[in-house]
This record gives sequence, structure tokens and C-alpha cells, in this order.
Amino acid sequence: MAETHPEPAAGLAVAVRRFNLWYGDFQALFDVDLDIEAGIVTALIGPSGCGKSTLLRSCNRIVERLGYVRTAGSIEVLGHDVQHPSASRIQVRRQVGMVFQRPNPLPISIRDNVLFSQQLHDRRRWSRSDQDAVVERSLREVLLWDRVKDRLHERAVGLSLEEQQKLCIARLLPTKPAVLLMDEPCSALDPAATAAVEELIWNLRGRYSILIVTHNMAQARRASDRCVFMLMGRVVEHADTEQMFVAPARQETADYIEGRFG
Amino acid sequence: MVPAPGSHQGLDRLDGAWWRDWAARVLVSLGGISAILFIVAIIVFIASQGLEFAWNRLSWAELLTGARWEPTANPPRYGAWPLLAGTAWITAVAMLVAVPLSFAAAIYIGEFATGSRREWLKVTIETLAAIPSVVWGVIGLQVLNPLIQQWFDTPVGLNVLNAGVILGLMAAPIMTTLAEDALKAVPDTYREAAEALGATRWQVIWRVVLPHARPGLSASVLLGIGRAFGETIAVLMASGHRLLPPTSVFDSAATITATIAAELGEAAVDSDHYQVLFVLGLVLFAITFSINLLADGLVRGRRRRA
Repeated sequence: MAETHPEPAAGLAVAVRRFNLWYGDFQALFDVDLDIEAGIVTALIGPSGCGKSTLLRSCNRIVERLGYVRTAGSIEVLGHDVQHPSASRIQVRRQVGMVFQRPNPLPISIRDNVLFSQQLHDRRRWSRSDQDAVVERSLREVLLWDRVKDRLHERAVGLSLEEQQKLCIARLLPTKPAVLLMDEPCSALDPAATAAVEELIWNLRGRYSILIVTHNMAQARRASDRCVFMLMGRVVEHADTEQMFVAPARQETADYIEGRFG
Repeated sequence: MVPAPGSHQGLDRLDGAWWRDWAARVLVSLGGISAILFIVAIIVFIASQGLEFAWNRLSWAELLTGARWEPTANPPRYGAWPLLAGTAWITAVAMLVAVPLSFAAAIYIGEFATGSRREWLKVTIETLAAIPSVVWGVIGLQVLNPLIQQWFDTPVGLNVLNAGVILGLMAAPIMTTLAEDALKAVPDTYREAAEALGATRWQVIWRVVLPHARPGLSASVLLGIGRAFGETIAVLMASGHRLLPPTSVFDSAATITATIAAELGEAAVDSDHYQVLFVLGLVLFAITFSINLLADGLVRGRRRRA
């Protein structure tokens, strides 16, 4: 597939092919086929336990932390199969950033959080000014720079939840990822903070391909271009967000969106 | 029998359950307070046995810096410097052995081992902590002693190295348990965050887990030091018990605890010799008490900040 998508921005960000996943004996995903276009926001929706988080967490293989996970099939990110045995999880995770449900900044300074991933891999000694530039650029990109520029050396856990979540997005940016995975990024936030983070996600759209899991129908409708509805480990429907909310093609989708189950 | 609505009958009745609850509360409280009572009683006892001498005839300067411990000579000399130095040397060697060993074990158990292997290891390590010190002493005497003579070509194998290694092995299990607790207290979300940012397992441990667990790890080392300070019989058997300050790990040495154990039985009750041994006990108590206090402070300080 690599040769068919030389220009990632124009093609697919993520291509899932006949992907199955088991937690021990329990099968969580069944033959998932999915094309996520690059440069847009795609929302994954569905009831609890439908596999949307599992699918998201498979894209950077963080799901394997559990240890008893088996997979079959492939997930290609920008034409590279991340599930392939020879693929390096480390490289995958530099290309595919992840934001978690609860903001999880590391217990170090704001500045060190932003520089963390870069310093893991770059043996080069970065000059102080290069580092400063990276920190400023990343924090500006998430609209946090003006609020924290005078306290970059304070501990990140002292920030508000909204600021922490923005910082968690900012710290993904120095390694220039192509895809951002977001696992219910606003579920720990109050409405005002949710609005602010949604706005930020919308701002990042275009430069990054964003895949976001959400329980919040209104959020999926407001803040995504395309929507994927999943049920019982299968993809039921994949459509433009407007299309899905106005005229869903499948009965289950309509039932879920209208709150008849969930 | 249901009391009529509005009646207060029965509300002030103290039945069996109330009395059982009262009795249980009193018993448990007594148990809790007893620890404090015992420690106060011990301090009072040790002090009462040694203070008369310490007050009237003891030169503290000589006790802490004097190089000659000759309590039965005429005139007697009470310079405990050889014992303090011996204790310090042996404890230092013990920590050189115990810290790498226990940290490595804790990292393996806490971060790599899973499932039943992890449980088995923890049980085994706790069993190791339960081996009586006299057994360790025998190992020092019969196993390590000839080995040291052979490997390092020394005339005696009962020395600082021998006692230090034995003490290190003795302190390692409890240090491992404490260090593993410290690692376990690091929230898993930190590991997940670092892994998602592309950190390898080792980078997660080195850059995230260990720095965050540092106060708990320091506390485990301090408690290991306290353990090494207080150990008596194994050290007495393995150290060679030579009453001179050691100048290398191949010198035999004596510790405070071993000296008290070896000499208390021979000293006439209430003699100066008898009393000075209790003063040594007080010194030892003061040292271990400060170490424990420091360890406790480290752990508490962390909790406050987190």
C-alpha cells in the first residue's frame, strides 16, 4: 500500500483491513475494515463496549500493554502496517500521538513534558534555544503559550484540567506526528473546558489527521467531519457526520443516535 | 416488641452488642497504645542502667573518638571509635550489596514479572526475610569465610567484607519489598503516557518510574541501613570481632551491637563496664531512631506533595 499513498495529506491516514482483536478468549473486534481520510476529524461513536476504544488503541499498539491481546489483520498508518511484527512500536508511537480520557501529564515541569518525547529519541544535544523554540511552537499550537509562558518550570500537574489536556496534546507535536488519536479527550472536563478543547481540535484539523472516540453525540456532531458508528465489535456505518445525524443509513445507527439504546 | 410511635422506650438500652463493641474498642486501643508504652519503657530502662556512669564518670569525647576499647584493662579505656567505625564500614559494604540487588529485584517484580511468577517471587522474598540471623551467621562462618580466604588470599575470611555481604543479603529482602511498594505507588497512567509518547520499557522505568518513586526508594535504603545497624549475631559471627578501626574491607572489625552482645554477660552488674555498654545501646538507639524518622519523613513528604 505504501506506494499508493505517497502523499499522505491527500490519501488515507489510517487504513484498517480485516482487523480482529482478542482479549484472551474474548473477541473485541470482528473483521474491521475502515478508511480514515487524512487531514480531517473522524469521530468513533457507539455504545460502551462496542470496541471503539480498542480500535483506537490498536492504532498505536498501546492496547498491547495488557499483555493478553492477540490480533489478526492489519492497520496501516500512512501506508505502513503498524501491526506487522517487524514494525517498531516506538516508531509507530512517534507517528501516532495519543490523548487519553483523563489528562495525564507526567509529574515533571510543563517544559519537560513538551520536550519529553523528543529527548527520548534524539541523541543529539539540543541547544537551549532550539528547545525553547520547540516548546513555544508546540504550546502556541494548542493556544496555551500565553497562559503558561511565565511558569514553564512549574509542575504540570498544577495546571487546570483543561490546561493539562491541552498540554497533553502539545507534547505530542514535537515529533511531528501524522495522526492524533483521542480517547474521549473531554470526558473529564467541564462544559467550558470541553468547548475550549473542541475548538482546539478543530484548529488542529488539516495539519493532523484526528481520530476521536466520544460518548457525546453532540460533540461528535459539532466537532467531526466524518463519523464511524460501531456496535458489538463491528463497524456499522461510516459516513459524513451531517449525513449520519440527519439521515443514517442503518436502523441501529438511527436508534443509537436518537438515544433508544446506549 | 415494637415500641409505640413517639415513645422513647428502648433508645437508652445498652445491650450485648453495645458492650461487645465497647470491649473491642478498649482492647484494640490498648494494643495500639502499647507500642508507645513499650518504647518509652525501653528507653527508661536503658537510660536507668547507664545514666549514673554517663553523668558522673564518662568522657563523651573519649567514648565517641577514643581509639582504644579496653574495658577490662587497668585503668579501663572506653573509646568506642573502633566500634563506630566498624559499624559504619560494615553497613556501607552491606548497602553496596543490598541496594543494587534489592532495586533490581523490585524493578523486575514491579515492572516486568506478571501473574503467578510475580506472586511466587514476592512470597519467596518474604520467606528470605524470615531466615533467622544465626543461620546467616553460620553461612558467613562456614561458607563465605573459606571463600574469601581462597579468592582474596587473606589469612582470615572473617572481616568487613564477609559481614557486609551477609548483612547486605539479610537487608535486601525487606528493602526489595519496600522498594517494590514505592514502584507500585507510581500511577500507571504515567507509564501509559510515557509509553504512548514512544518511550521504551527501560526509558519508562528510568525517566518516569524511578524519579517518581525516589522518596520511597530512599526510605527503603534508610530502613535497610537501620536493619544493618541493629543486626547483632550474624555480624558477631562473620566480622571477626577485632576491636580496632578497620582500614580496608579485609580487616576484621567489631560493631556496637556485637560488642554489647559479647561483653554484657561478662560485665558485673552496675560496674562501669556494664553501664558503658548501656550507653552504647543509647547511642545505637539514637542513630536508628533518627534514621527511621528520616525515612518516615521522606515518605510523608512525598505523600503531601503528590
